[in-house]
Amino acid sequence: MEGLTMGSYGAYVWSCFIMGGLVLLICDWRARSLQRKVYRDIEVRIKALGDEL
Amino acid sequence: MWKFIHKLASPPHFYNLAPKLVPWFTVPGVLLVAYGVYAGLFLAPADYQQGDAFRIIYIHVPSAYLSMMAYMIMAVSAAIGLIWRIKLSHAVAAAAAPLGAWFTFLALATGSIWGRPMWGTWWEWGDPRLTSELIMLFVYFGYMALRAAIDDTAKADKASAVLALVGAVNVPIIHFSVEWWSSLHQGATLLRKDGPAMDPSMLYPLLAMILAFTFLFGALLTRRIRTEVLFRERRTRWVKDMVLSAKGRN
Repeated sequence: MEGLTMGSYGAYVWSCFIMGGLVLLICDWRARSLQRKVYRDIEVRIKALGDEL
Repeated sequence: MWKFIHKLASPPHFYNLAPKLVPWFTVPGVLLVAYGVYAGLFLAPADYQQGDAFRIIYIHVPSAYLSMMAYMIMAVSAAIGLIWRIKLSHAVAAAAAPLGAWFTFLALATGSIWGRPMWGTWWEWGDPRLTSELIMLFVYFGYMALRAAIDDTAKADKASAVLALVGAVNVPIIHFSVEWWSSLHQGATLLRKDGPAMDPSMLYPLLAMILAFTFLFGALLTRRIRTEVLFRERRTRWVKDMVLSAKGRN
């Protein structure tokens, strides 16, 4: 329990570690979702061009 | 050497190389984070002055260092793009900006959380380190807003590169602010002439976290550059061939 409360600083310390983890996860998710979106847009454009021809 | 750099700067080559590079950054990054978090939270002893609140440095210091490193990557890439007109350089600069902004936010937020129990305040406007770091966050926002406001990629590259270079003057100000002016923020702990002012039991987890964040930043940046390359090259023959051949395989 002492490991979690860290004197009276537990809330400060844990919130920083959680925030650090969240930032890394958000950056990772955003990088993946952007890649998927750009790739999908290109697929749609190529399909549209193919249909026109 | 030049042949290798020239080849690396080729968008199709980088696009195909990037997925092979990412695991080399991610695996050591995750392993080092696991060690750094465990050692930083449970193995390192409490500081004799700050108690357990000092453990915030294991997130704050790596993110503050990355906020400046990302900016330097952005500014140097922008300069290379402006001078030598290497397409990939502008893609690197554009990819580094949002990551730099996230790590600057993290450095400011964790610094603020640390300041509350240590200084008795969340924020101190008179402190040069805090204010200059906040200015860097605004420069990142300005850089991204400028890019988003210009539809022509070539024009956006040039205008944002100039802004990135002008904003680079802030990086040494952030770094040396604690030496140049009186500051609430503590002075350098790691980069000192007489060596780090930390016990090894606290220092090693910190070095592990700095290295871990650097590796993970490398993985994120590589992925972002790959997406940026794909977007910029979306109308080229090689992208069309790649998408069609991938579709043919599925």
